[in-house]
Amino acid sequence: MHWQDTGFVLSVRRHGENGAVLSLFTRDHGRAAGFVHGGTSRRLRGVLQPGNRVTAAWSGRLAESLGHFSVELAEPLSALLLEDALALAALNAVCAILDTAMAEREAHADIFDATGVLLTALCASPPREWLALYTRWELGLLSSLGFGLDLSRCAVTGAGEGLEYVSPKTGHAVTAAAAGGYAPRLLRLPAYLGGARDYPIREQLADGLALGRHFLEKRLFADRGRGLPQARTMLEERFFAAGGKTADIKNS
Amino acid sequence: MADGELERLIALLARLPGLGPRSARRAVLHLIKKRETLLLPLAAAMEDVAEKVKTCRICGNLDTAEICSICRDPRRERSLLCVVEEVADLWALERAGAFRGVYHVLGGVLSALDGVGPDDLGIDALIERIGSGEISEVILATNATVDGQTTAHYITDRLSSMDVKVSRLAHGVPVGGELDYLDDGTLAAALKARRPF
Repeated sequence: MHWQDTGFVLSVRRHGENGAVLSLFTRDHGRAAGFVHGGTSRRLRGVLQPGNRVTAAWSGRLAESLGHFSVELAEPLSALLLEDALALAALNAVCAILDTAMAEREAHADIFDATGVLLTALCASPPREWLALYTRWELGLLSSLGFGLDLSRCAVTGAGEGLEYVSPKTGHAVTAAAAGGYAPRLLRLPAYLGGARDYPIREQLADGLALGRHFLEKRLFADRGRGLPQARTMLEERFFAAGGKTADIKNS
Repeated sequence: MADGELERLIALLARLPGLGPRSARRAVLHLIKKRETLLLPLAAAMEDVAEKVKTCRICGNLDTAEICSICRDPRRERSLLCVVEEVADLWALERAGAFRGVYHVLGGVLSALDGVGPDDLGIDALIERIGSGEISEVILATNATVDGQTTAHYITDRLSSMDVKVSRLAHGVPVGGELDYLDDGTLAAALKARRPF
């Protein structure tokens, strides 16, 4: 068996003296693992950093073998983010979520493409833009894996306008009027996720992160007995810690 | 074939980094050939190290005393503290001879994958040490890897409320490095961190 693909490095585990087991999220072969000879060597250590885009060739005797990877760096995304604490936290969260949530060898080209757009934005866009994209990416991931939310219309009235809340149980949107006294028990739906075109302000991004966290935890990670990856929790902590310093994500 | 003690020595040496059973066997044969000049001094030196070497209770360096020679040295600048991942990094900085302050060894980096959290590293001891007030600048010399820099950012956060300057090592073109031979990641980081000339 032999295939070639492009992928993002998700994690690297040291194996033996110089080798490593690499977990890649590839476009046409989904999340795939393989042994890399000299994976912890000086030459490859920089290449096998989480978030880097690589061109990989996998070979194994059988499709279900662990197999071997040979990799070449295509885009050094992690090197561009080392100095930016918030972007680095987001990169860690993306890699940890994909590494834990994606089934092995199940192709999801849509998630792969969305991840590519998100990681490029992490390097090139201001935090307010990529944070909005990040929260959309989480909801997109849920949707693509079959756990999507219905944010198109109100679950109670059927209205398509004025959606301000999401039911934490069903994941359906609810208007402010329909929510009534139940509002404090619902999750807030930020306007930019409900279809508004304005750039989100800080509170809305916080709502977007809370929404993603709740449904990732409830729908994707609860059954796996692991809980939300630590990197995702650290991203949210970093977001709130950065509030005073990152002018770009302060209230506009 | 060797048996008994010899086989045991070969098996133990084969567990060292860079050695396999074949090279361990060669090393053992060489040691036996040089019994007086190599084998006995090596055995004595290893026994000494096993008995005497301790972890410094201030910085985490390895030394024969409770407090290592760097922490004891009165000529060191105690207001400068360099934070490194491992003792090997401390030794590398000492070999360069460019740093005259004191160190703090974390003993690893934060890693969600390996389940290493802030409590598993010497970060609380570091904060306590900095809180004593003697230190005016903390230099974060963690590796230029995702985990290393995540750890550096975490420490910076923890230090944000303290009256201490925090700096980190530069990332970029190494001395003697030719651009043509540099890896893409280093080049990208060097370009991003360019400065006025």
